[in-house]
Amino acid sequence: MPDFIAEWLNQNEIFTAMTLMEYWDGMVTTVHLVFLSLVIGLLVAVPLAILRTVRNPFVSGPVWLYTYLFRGTPLLIQLYIIYYGLAQIEGIQETFWWEIFREPFYPALLAFTLNTAAYTTEIIRGAIVSTPHGEIEAAQAYGMNWFMRMRRIVLPSAARRGVQAYSNEVIFMLHASAIASVVTIVDLTGAARNIYSRFYAPFDAFIFVALCYMALTFILVFAFRKLENHLLKHQRPVNG
Amino acid sequence: MLDLKGYGPALMDGAIVTIELAFLSLALSVALGLIGASAKLSQSRVAKGIATTYTTLIRGVPDLVMMLLFYYGGQVAVNMLSDYIWETYEIDFFFQFDPFISGVVTIGLIFGAYMTETFRGAFLAVETGQIEAARAYGFTRFHTFRRIMLPQMLRHALPGLGNNWQVLLKTTALVSIIGLTDMVRVAEEAAKAERMPFHFFIPVAFVYLALTAGSELFIKWLDKRANVGVVQGG
Repeated sequence: MPDFIAEWLNQNEIFTAMTLMEYWDGMVTTVHLVFLSLVIGLLVAVPLAILRTVRNPFVSGPVWLYTYLFRGTPLLIQLYIIYYGLAQIEGIQETFWWEIFREPFYPALLAFTLNTAAYTTEIIRGAIVSTPHGEIEAAQAYGMNWFMRMRRIVLPSAARRGVQAYSNEVIFMLHASAIASVVTIVDLTGAARNIYSRFYAPFDAFIFVALCYMALTFILVFAFRKLENHLLKHQRPVNG
Repeated sequence: MLDLKGYGPALMDGAIVTIELAFLSLALSVALGLIGASAKLSQSRVAKGIATTYTTLIRGVPDLVMMLLFYYGGQVAVNMLSDYIWETYEIDFFFQFDPFISGVVTIGLIFGAYMTETFRGAFLAVETGQIEAARAYGFTRFHTFRRIMLPQMLRHALPGLGNNWQVLLKTTALVSIIGLTDMVRVAEEAAKAERMPFHFFIPVAFVYLALTAGSELFIKWLDKRANVGVVQGG
């Protein structure tokens, strides 16, 4: 290590082992929250996207309404409604749900999941409706029933068309998760805010956390590029 | 009828703050986007490098972190500057860094990066023949930009611009966190004081919904007008 960095590390009062641990815990919370909401959101979004493509308006209508409401309003408001609202539901404090939703983590998880599921539903729907009709006809000609067609033809090819838009959604979610800090969750941003107010050092606290988010973002971008290469292997030029 | 417990006027003022904030940030981001796109398409490697760094940095950092950095950091920077000016020139210079300005600057900077990408794509979509024709007519570079590039690229930029605007509108809710009394802040205070979260947040959510839905219609109309002379295939 160059001497001046060692010297700076020895002299600075802010980035001690203690505060670095706080940032680390914050990062674990952020990753935990974002990962869980993305996974649950994706699991919810796939069936919803299929329902959204159904012709019957009584089936696709409610899904449309859900995605419209969640995509048309700010995530912060959704978080506030769920975080403050859940506690106000009559009688919830006597049920076991209260044990779960008393922690701010779970209302935030619920809000993030509902939000990302709405966006993901629309991404998958877009990918499903743009399936080339010939692929479906071919599957029908082979005698595949609806379920098998979905599983073997429509969804895999939709995944290829949707992965790029979905990678944007994942990064958007990582960045949006910073608002978890306003409902007292100590995620990365929450850790930075605590450290800012302890040392009154906005540049150190927030630039460091910005670098952490940037590192996470670039890891995600890299991982998705790998995934895209894998999914779109058949489209690679022969000599590429 | 909806009873807002006397918070109605405050919510109304908050809504106006939200709209002002959104329009000012939009203006800033469009200006930054035009500059950024021109820099990315220019011959100068320095300009290209700066623009690329700018868009990469912005897209790697959450909006809220950026906002906190500008708001708290901006005040510290102003304090340091005013100390320095007092010590060297003995001039009393100070101003409070208020959340509205930090909001406009942050949102403008963030969406400037997205606008840069939108405008870059749109500029590239203008046929080179058009630019060559302008050169042949003896247009200066500025003239080519204003008369040929700008009007033609707007058509290609509109869908992206519309998307960015919708996201920008929703991002304005974040300024309530740094203490600006926008619609969300008023609703939060009212909800806490009256212990009625649904009662205040849901109307505010519907105001946002109305704003996004209204802009969607407006953008569709603009798009139709911009494409009036274009024969669409299919």
